[in-house]
Amino acid sequence: MNVCVERLKNGIITENPTFVMMLGMCPTLAVTSSAINGLGMGLTTTVVLTLSNVFISLLRKVIPDKVRIPAYIVVVASFVTMVQLLLKAYLPFLDSALGVYIPLIVVNCIILGRAEAYAGKNPVVPSLFDGLGMGLGFTFGLTCIGICREILGAGAIFNVQFIPEDFHITFFVLAPGAFLVLACLTAVQNKLKMPSATNVEGASTCSGVCAGCAGSACAANKGLKEAERVAKKAEEAKKRAEAAAKAKAAKEAKAAEAAKNAAAGADKKEG
Amino acid sequence: MNNLLNISSSPHVRDKSSTKSIMWDVFLALMPAALFGIYNFSIKAKSINAVLLLVVCIATCVLTEYIWQTCMKLPLTVSDGSAALTGLLLALNLSSTFPVWMAIVGSVFAILVVKQLFGGIGQNFMNPALGARCFLMVSFAGQMTSFTYDGVTGATPLAIIKTGKVPEGLAKPELLDMFIGNIGGTIGETSAIALLLGAAYLFYKKIITWRIPVCYIVTFAAFFLIFGTRMAGVDHMDLTVLCKELCGGGLILGAFFMATDYVTSPITPKGQIKFGVILGLLTGIFRVFGASAEGVSYAIIICNLLVPLIERWTIPTPFGKEGLKNE
Repeated sequence: MNVCVERLKNGIITENPTFVMMLGMCPTLAVTSSAINGLGMGLTTTVVLTLSNVFISLLRKVIPDKVRIPAYIVVVASFVTMVQLLLKAYLPFLDSALGVYIPLIVVNCIILGRAEAYAGKNPVVPSLFDGLGMGLGFTFGLTCIGICREILGAGAIFNVQFIPEDFHITFFVLAPGAFLVLACLTAVQNKLKMPSATNVEGASTCSGVCAGCAGSACAANKGLKEAERVAKKAEEAKKRAEAAAKAKAAKEAKAAEAAKNAAAGADKKEG
Repeated sequence: MNNLLNISSSPHVRDKSSTKSIMWDVFLALMPAALFGIYNFSIKAKSINAVLLLVVCIATCVLTEYIWQTCMKLPLTVSDGSAALTGLLLALNLSSTFPVWMAIVGSVFAILVVKQLFGGIGQNFMNPALGARCFLMVSFAGQMTSFTYDGVTGATPLAIIKTGKVPEGLAKPELLDMFIGNIGGTIGETSAIALLLGAAYLFYKKIITWRIPVCYIVTFAAFFLIFGTRMAGVDHMDLTVLCKELCGGGLILGAFFMATDYVTSPITPKGQIKFGVILGLLTGIFRVFGASAEGVSYAIIICNLLVPLIERWTIPTPFGKEGLKNE
């Protein structure tokens, strides 16, 4: 059970996809014009992410390594289609508000990233909690940005208006406002030394899943990567040496045979 | 020690001009336009709002810079006048009836977001005053484009030229009125003659060169001569319409005072010419084919973003270095 709690914490705080990993920026910037949109997008992604993580984890021994990405995409796309149809049936307002960004969940790099980094290598239950944690972290990020933009741009939180119309700064519900709000939240994060994409010290609390880690955020990872590289090199050198030795042996054998042949030929002549 | 014998490495700057002196010279050059704006929109219209906007914008810009630099423990650059100049330019770009609190928001945006977050003076990627103007334009489109003149709220001369429809209670704009400034518009842009007076001072002081403003205005004029008749309100092209287009809106204010901002314009002479030409083309496109009658501010901030590219494109060949061979 411990690993499940750790996975949840990892997704929501340590490796928060929005604020720390800076993944899935397209929906983050595009649909967070209000808190409800951010929350809806986040929860939709959470559902898809959890289900696809579970499925990919179940199928991890079946999917051949060479075609794993297409296989993941098929799994994710099936779930996205299901979720979209459900949304159309039961939450049509959310469906129309999110529009094309629901089908675009298929190409959301958080989902593919989690499949590649975690679900494809780990058992089902931790993968489920990994997807849940990451999804909730994403929801948290999107809702934060949505709340900030809605307060400034529309004077409301979750459609409850408390600032009169005259004092709305429309800039914040439009696209440039998203960039500004995300940048400001990240700046606050850095100032408070919370884990973030640019705050290397904070990011050193790594989950130990170095395969899923893109950068050289931590010394351990750096060392690991370095060791990997050295090992590979050594192996290559060994292989090369072996090949050379083999070639040499073959050559020698050939030469010996030629000599033998020549000798035989000479013998025949003489004979 | 002994300054006479002290040898420093080049460049040996012997000019007395400094950031501070240049900023205050530009400030001074904008005074005719500002005073005319006050006369036009405050004294004549008996409303204090225009004066208030000027004072509030300048004060907020200076105060924002002071507070930010104090809080962030940065060297104070308030006394060089750049923040005050930004405030003045922003106020001159606002409608005389613009609410004061919105002007405060705009001033804070100009200094904080456009200037200080990118590293303060010399580091801003676009003109702070224009960045703030566009921010306000996006946020409060209604208040930004409602212009009152002589107690009548109505379309600006540019909009009348563009649509060809003269609203009730307004006369068709005369060229002389537009040249002197007896028209509706933002506080600082209406009077072409006051702006040209200030521009002449800048030329006299050698603060700006002819390249950017002249290329800008000539390109725009050429573009307008070719495509101007595409606008609904222009049946046939004559010089009066062209002159009205040149005098109306923010073209003169933008060309002489904002496009020439040192930080956000190219430093190479060839680059300045290209910068002016692109500005003219963009302004022409926005004014003739765009939805709005005005396009100077968007043209300038887009070109501000192009400046690094223009500079890379126009790196001058050092003396003695072989140029590219013609093959």
